Amino acid sequence: MTKEKIEMLLSTELGRIAPDIDMEDVDRGGDLREEFDIDSMDFLNLVTALSKALGLDMPEADYGKMGTFDDLLAYLEAKSA
Amino acid sequence: MSAFVMPSLGADMEAGTLVEWRKKPGEDLRHGDILAVVETQKGAIEIEVFEDGLLEGYLADIGEKVPVGTPIAVIRHEGEEPGSGMPDLTPSDARPSLEADETASQAGIPAPPPPTPTVAPVPKSAKALHSGAKDRLKVSPAARRLADAAQLDLTMLIGSGPDGAIVLADVTAQIAERKRVPAQTAGISAASPDGDTDKMAGMRTAIAAAMQRSKREIPHYYLAHVADITAAEFFVADKNNGREPVDRILLGAVLMKAVASALKKYPEFNGHHTEAGFSPSKAVHLGVAINIRGGGLVAPAIHNAETRDIDSLMARMRDLVARVRAGRFRGSELSDPTITVSSLGDRGVETMFGVIYPPQVAIIGIGTPVERPFAKDGAVFARRTVNLTLSADHRVSDGHRGALFLSKIARLIEQPETL
Repeated sequence: MTKEKIEMLLSTELGRIAPDIDMEDVDRGGDLREEFDIDSMDFLNLVTALSKALGLDMPEADYGKMGTFDDLLAYLEAKSA
Repeated sequence: MSAFVMPSLGADMEAGTLVEWRKKPGEDLRHGDILAVVETQKGAIEIEVFEDGLLEGYLADIGEKVPVGTPIAVIRHEGEEPGSGMPDLTPSDARPSLEADETASQAGIPAPPPPTPTVAPVPKSAKALHSGAKDRLKVSPAARRLADAAQLDLTMLIGSGPDGAIVLADVTAQIAERKRVPAQTAGISAASPDGDTDKMAGMRTAIAAAMQRSKREIPHYYLAHVADITAAEFFVADKNNGREPVDRILLGAVLMKAVASALKKYPEFNGHHTEAGFSPSKAVHLGVAINIRGGGLVAPAIHNAETRDIDSLMARMRDLVARVRAGRFRGSELSDPTITVSSLGDRGVETMFGVIYPPQVAIIGIGTPVERPFAKDGAVFARRTVNLTLSADHRVSDGHRGALFLSKIARLIEQPETL
């Protein structure tokens, strides 16, 4: 999957969880949970949706690499490569 | 035949607007079927039936705003002839709290068991006291005159005079109470459930009504304790290792399990306090406070939490959160959890003291986990901890038992493998 497609998927899933947040206003290098106002349950649902859609193993031990929008995007790209 | 009434979906609900019938007259009904969808201040709620039978007919129309306790449909039971023996459909004239109790049992929520003598002597309800004894009511002449003038049903009252006689003061108190209730209703109906802004205003009004009642009626006391969650976090990481995301658990599920388990030995924190006194509940219907994006919160119940393991609690929490976010939850989940847990999650502050949601008698607050120096066995370690709090009803329990209960929860959290 191309970078653009992964980014679109990530934005779509975040939009589903946080429909009130405008992607335009988000700091992509800022704390993902702060930027989207999501809690640990939302984050788990995000990981669940992404790992299913991309067929990826996203272990809990890797959560540290998913701290910001950009980090998460880079992580997904590297994993899908 | 029986009447299906608008259920009470929480102490703050006065009425619901019927938006959709899910069953047609003549259709079979099974325990747990969704009969209708009702719009409340908390959003659209699916109303379930808790008996088997056949839908005989509707008693309310789509769009109609129906007060709690009012019949909205007639259910025919097996073996009954169509139209035979219509139930007495006169709305109950009981006071709101009594009404709520009746509704709860009608809706199939396991009603809290009758109070045991060990808890406290409980006054009989006005209805039980006077049932079938209308003629023998003891009423002072002044009280009877005022009651007649105000069209007040004397059988609703508990007399405070000699031999339980109803005196003037009882009647004036009841009239004052009756004035208070419509005023509240008016405030709520001002916020119609149209549009997001109104919905939000409705939610705020509902929270305000419940919290005002709580602070007016419930003498809260507050306790706080620190629990070491280092072991619990390892426990969660260990369980999740190798699991698909869909099967993973959160620390919150371990904390819920600890609360449900600790309640076994501390029944005075699990149940409802009504005008008839405190009724402990055998089952733990664990209310989980879930915040709603954009404002407000609801605290629907995980039913029979004491019988579930951590994975099952996690699955129920996930399902509840998903449905709250989507604005779809069932009436039985909203009506009357027996205790509530409110957790700030990862992004919050260290300590939270909750306000009890009536008619419950306790709420557990869980702060944001923090690492801090923690002394143990004569040495200081960096440990992950959470601050736990208990807000409890002093009419029902005392600080001594509350402290034992809260420290029991902490001990269970610190030994997650025993849960």
